[in-house]
This record gives sequence, C-alpha cells and structure tokens, in this order.
Amino acid sequence: MRYDICMQNEGQLTTESGIVVERCYGPEDRDAAGSDRIGVPGEFPFTRGNHPGGYRDRLWTFRQYSGFGNAEWSNERYKLLLKEGGTGLSVAADLPTQIGYDSDDPEVEEEVGRVGVALDSLADAEILFRDIPLDKISTSWTVNGTAAIMLAFYVAVGAKQGVPRAKLRGTIQNDILKEYVARGTWIWPPTPSIRLIADSIEFCAEEVPRYNAVSVAGAHFRDAGANAAQEMAFTLQDAVTYCDEIVGRGRMTIDQFAPQVSFFFYTHNDFFEEIAKYRAGRRRWAEIVRERYGAKEASSSMFRMGTVCGGWTLQAQQPQNNIVRVAYQAMAAVLGGVQSMFTAAWDEPFALPTEESTTLALRTQQILAHETGVARTVDPLGGSYFVESLTDQMEEKIIGIMADLEAHGGMVRCIEDGYVQGLIADESAAIQRKIDSGERVIVGVNKYQSNEPAPGLVPPAMDESARRVQLDRLAEVRRTRNTRAALGALKQLRSAAQGDANLMPHLIECVEEYCTVGEITKELKDVWGEYQQPAVF
Amino acid sequence: MSVPVRVLVAKPGLDGHDRGAKLVARSLRDAGFEVIYTGIRQKPEVIASIATQEDVDLVGLSILSGAHMGLTRKTLEALRDAGAGDIKVVVGGTVPQSDVQPLLDMGVTAVFPTGTPIEALVAEVRRVMSSSNT
Repeated sequence: MRYDICMQNEGQLTTESGIVVERCYGPEDRDAAGSDRIGVPGEFPFTRGNHPGGYRDRLWTFRQYSGFGNAEWSNERYKLLLKEGGTGLSVAADLPTQIGYDSDDPEVEEEVGRVGVALDSLADAEILFRDIPLDKISTSWTVNGTAAIMLAFYVAVGAKQGVPRAKLRGTIQNDILKEYVARGTWIWPPTPSIRLIADSIEFCAEEVPRYNAVSVAGAHFRDAGANAAQEMAFTLQDAVTYCDEIVGRGRMTIDQFAPQVSFFFYTHNDFFEEIAKYRAGRRRWAEIVRERYGAKEASSSMFRMGTVCGGWTLQAQQPQNNIVRVAYQAMAAVLGGVQSMFTAAWDEPFALPTEESTTLALRTQQILAHETGVARTVDPLGGSYFVESLTDQMEEKIIGIMADLEAHGGMVRCIEDGYVQGLIADESAAIQRKIDSGERVIVGVNKYQSNEPAPGLVPPAMDESARRVQLDRLAEVRRTRNTRAALGALKQLRSAAQGDANLMPHLIECVEEYCTVGEITKELKDVWGEYQQPAVF
Repeated sequence: MSVPVRVLVAKPGLDGHDRGAKLVARSLRDAGFEVIYTGIRQKPEVIASIATQEDVDLVGLSILSGAHMGLTRKTLEALRDAGAGDIKVVVGGTVPQSDVQPLLDMGVTAVFPTGTPIEALVAEVRRVMSSSNT
C-alpha cells in the first residue's frame, strides 16, 4: 500500500492543521523566514528553547496528574508517585471543589471525590500535603473557577508547615477563559473572573515569586476538537487578555509578572507538527511580550510550558496501543522543549488509572529521559529543513487565527457569542468525518480492528466510607471553627469584592478561618452573579 | 421518517467534557433527527422540564465523570415525576462494561460506552425509535 493513498487531501499530504507537507525539504525552506528567526537556545526569540543548557542542565518535571476520593487517599498516592521518582505533584480536584460546591451540598452528591480529590476546607488541604515538604516539592493545580481559593489553601498550608511564601513552588492553572469554551468549570461571568485571575497574578508577583500564578491552557481546546494551530492561537489570545487586564490596571509592568505566566498544552499524535507548534508558540509569545507590552527583561519573554500526552487520542479499542501513542507524544513534547509533562495511563478511556497503569505512565517518561538520549543536546531538530519550515508555517497560521479573534472583538467577545465554540465544533466534526471515512487512520478503530472485549476494569470509585470521612470532617470543621471569625472573614471578602482591592489577602483570611470552598464561592456569586452559557453544537 | 423524531442531548451533573455530546448532536441532526442540546451542567429536573416542554421523543445523556449511575437514576425519576416516563432515555460516556446491564435494568433503552462508533450509535437510535413508532 502506498502511504499517500490513505493520507491525501485534494491530492496533497497535510498535517492535522492542514499545512501542506512536501516530498522533501531543503535549505531554501529552512531559511525562508530568515535565519535570525531560528536563533540560538536561551536567547530571544527563544525558538530553540528558553535555556542555553536545555535538558542537560535540568530535565523536564515528571508530573503525574493525580487525586481521587478524599485527602487521605490522595496523600498516599502522592507519596507513592514521589517514591517512584515523580518530581512534582499535580493535584486533581473533584468537580464540586473545582466549581465551588461543598461535599455536603445535595446537588453534587454523585460527584464527590470522583474525578479528583474533594477539598472543602483548609482541614482537607492540610491532610493532602501531610509529610510532603512544600519547600522542596512543587505542586501544580488543575483548578480554574476556584483557583484563587486553592492558592489560598496552598499558602496557608505552607504557613502551617513553616514554609515562607517565597519558597513555595508550583503552578496553578487559573485560566478561566478556556473553561467557558471547553471543560466547563466556570462559575462567575468573565469580567469578575478575569479580575480574580489578575488579582492572584499580582499577589504571586509580590508575595509568592516562585509560583506560576497562571497556566494558560490550550489543552482543553485541543481535546475538545481544536487543531494544533488553533490550540496555540486560542491560548496566546487568552494570555493576551489576562496581560491586557493587568497592564491596564497600571499597577504593574509586564516585567513584574510575565515570568510567572506559564502555559499548558496537549501533545497529540502528529509528531513533527507538535514539535513545530511548541517552537512556533515560544517564538510568538516572545515577540508578543516584547512588542505588545514593551518587556525589557528577556526572562519575561520566555514561554514556559507543561504538556499532557493522551486524552482524546487514547482509544477504548485495543487500549494497550495507548501506551505506544503516549510514548511517541512524549518524545514529540521533549523535542519541542517542554518544561513539565504528564503522561496519561493507557486505561484513561475507561476509568481513573490503577497503581500499575499510573506507574507505567511515569516509566514512559523515565525511559525517554534516561535511555533514549534525546535529552543530550538542546533542540536537536533545530535547523532541520523540514522542522524549521513547519515552525514558520505554524507561526503564520497562529498569527492569522489570532488576528481573526481580534477582528471579532477579542477573546471574551468570541467566547460570549459562541464563536470559538463553533470553530472547535466544526473542527471536531471534520476530524470525525475523516475518521469515519478512513482518511485518518486510527489503528484498532478504523483499521486493523479486532473484536476483543473491553477490559473489565473496575474504577476505584469513591466508596461510601471515604465519602463518609469527608462529610464527617466537613461537619467537624463547621462545628469547631470560630464561627464569628469565619463569618467576619466572609463579610470582609464580600465588601472587598464590591470594590477593586486585591482579593487574595481576603481569601487567605477566609481559608485560615476555615471557611469552605462552597461558602466562599457563594459569597462571590452573590456579588458577581453566575455565567450563562451559549449551547452551540 | 415522516414526522421527525425529536431528541434532547443533555449533560447532567458537573462534567464539562462535551466533545462527544456535540458530535452526537450533530450526527443525529445530519441523520434527520430534530436535535436540541442543553449545554453542560444541567440538573436532572431541568433536563426533564426541557424534555417535556420541547416534547421530545428521546433523551440522550452524556456523562464522562463516572457519575452515570446516580445521575441517570435521578433523570429517569425526574422524567416520571414530570409525567414523561414514556420518553426513552439512552446514555453515553465513560461507562464501564460492568455498569451497562444495571443501567438497562434501571430503564435505560440503550447504552453507548466509550469507543462506540458514531454510525453505530445513530443506527441504534434509529432502530429503537422506529420500533417504538410501530
């Protein structure tokens, strides 16, 4: 069989984003945009990476997304991952925690502890990080709607451990805009939500200087159906929206907070396009930060990113094939120069991973780092005729998409009227058509199928006893806290929310008085209202 | 189909992953059904109320958070409470094989776990709806 029989698009081979791929590339393709566009590692525009030493000086962080049930269970899983060589934590919170409901709220009965750990109050956070030294281990949080509250938890737990704010390291996703488009853990409307994000970025810049206050995420656009170019463009446009807000306040310059802005993406299957996506994104961001905001420090222009491998690309059919998919994706991510990585377990299409599958996913990164030699030299594909050409073309596409979003009134407008959601749904449908027609091959799904039964995996669901522990602790917190002080802190928060003071000190005050996530969220809902979604398909 | 079958695609609970739900909605529309999509994070009572107001013939629930058993039971109850127990309910999402039969026993007409081909889903919806019209 000839390769191009199953991959052609009107007679041409293309990447998943639709960039035409030629039979062969030469020096003229590499240098079309000018050789200064490539540059050297560690220097503006950072096409070849942020640091001159690359992974020789520092490997990427192995950061496995994990959390389920209650704080005790998750604390045990974290210790297992650290014992097995994980180098950072990544907290998965359950949906009630992410959307601002307490575990005893009857509306969320079904969801407590299910896709992540239930965190209602500081009491849970204290247990979650028990015996984990927060001055040594960095922690990433995939939380957005309630991100500022989780950040307050972390600062408060650090204080209890005796770790000063300046020593806390990690990342909080804290990117609400993409939640309105995909993933869906929004709470309040965009304007107050962006204000809260800007508040937390300002707070981190002043108080928690080693903490990434935002991780602008394209991953969820991607898994919802966006192609690689859209993923990068939508993400950069979101980042611009946040930076506009902070710079617009006039209290801080870009150089004061940009080093704490980070990014997060999915790495999918199209190997070279993924590498080009990261190289192009790095260059584009460097230029945006310098040109749009007048950054003076080179470190402000650095595009620091994490990635997740797996997600939508993982298949229920012949599921062990997913191990191979994730391994290739991980290699693409490393050749693209990521700073941290989560490799999903092969059984992700069915359930939360088992201890075995989650360890295998971590081993995938360890083999990549220590056996394949890809980390030996910086940006090994730099100067490749093909990869540099693809990087240039990817960048052009990103510029075009961002210009279109600006022409439609900017990202908030594009989200509120469903424009971005529509673009993603169109792309998702187009991909599905290609899969249905067999034009896009997925091994085990539309080619080389076998009729093996689905594995009989039993998800480690939150059993009743674990939920009981959670509910008992919440009741205990409500009973034993200083109610007067807690209510006072909530009242202060409400009045601050009505003005334009930074809310972070008030949130820390609330969590230290053991106010719950649900109580804090409700207080702010009373002031700000709730988001109303457009339902576009 | 002389009278188009009306379908409500709904996302109960807190799960916001709706790539699948939107794809199913589009595919059913392209196959000639009249499709309404609720958006994410709908309460079971609200789904039942939309289903009766819109006079749909079928409700398709999409749940990827693992909360399918409880949310499906609540939606079936809400439909019965709204006097719409005759509306068929199908469920798709991250449903382990071990939960398929319990969902059917609960009163669900069909279950589409992860990995179900879209065309198989459309064909099955067409089949169950045509058998109910005869």
